[in-house]
Amino acid sequence: MDQILQKLKQAFPGANIKLKNTSSMHVGHNAKGMHLKTKISYSGFKGKSLIEQHRMVQKALETELGNEIHALSIKTTIK
Amino acid sequence: MTDDQKTLVENMINSDRVFLMLKGTPEMPRCGFSARVVQILNGMGASYGSFNVFDDYNIMNMIKEYSNWPTTPQLYVDGKLVGGCDIVEELATSGELEKILTPAEKE
Repeated sequence: MDQILQKLKQAFPGANIKLKNTSSMHVGHNAKGMHLKTKISYSGFKGKSLIEQHRMVQKALETELGNEIHALSIKTTIK
Repeated sequence: MTDDQKTLVENMINSDRVFLMLKGTPEMPRCGFSARVVQILNGMGASYGSFNVFDDYNIMNMIKEYSNWPTTPQLYVDGKLVGGCDIVEELATSGELEKILTPAEKE
């Protein structure tokens, strides 16, 4: 978790980032990794569509997605 | 991704104006996020086509590459990716989804 948060902080400098492990809400199919929820408020999202903003977050956690992260819920806002 | 694969995906997502790639079926979604999108679309009385990615893992991989989006569900309108569960939920709350789902009046 700390490592994932660090990665997000690096990818989105100066952003307000919240990261929550919601795995306990998905008991029964956790075998493939964690369920995480992140809220990111970042100035660099300005002028970008929601799709593009989410893609930036997915890209930052590219290696973790599908491995230690099974599902990632994203909420982005412009700082 | 080959041209044939691209055509296959494009034909699929354009087979209905509103098209949902999901895990499971609208009647029986097999993932919480897919279920949520189905619930939103049904709640709006939207009619849509769909494909269960568990029926064909090749298609599942192709669609991810095609859309540059690593997860399903994926909602398409007019052949364009609207988003996954989070975005659909956000657009539904803001009222924007209803506008997107309503076909533009032809002048």
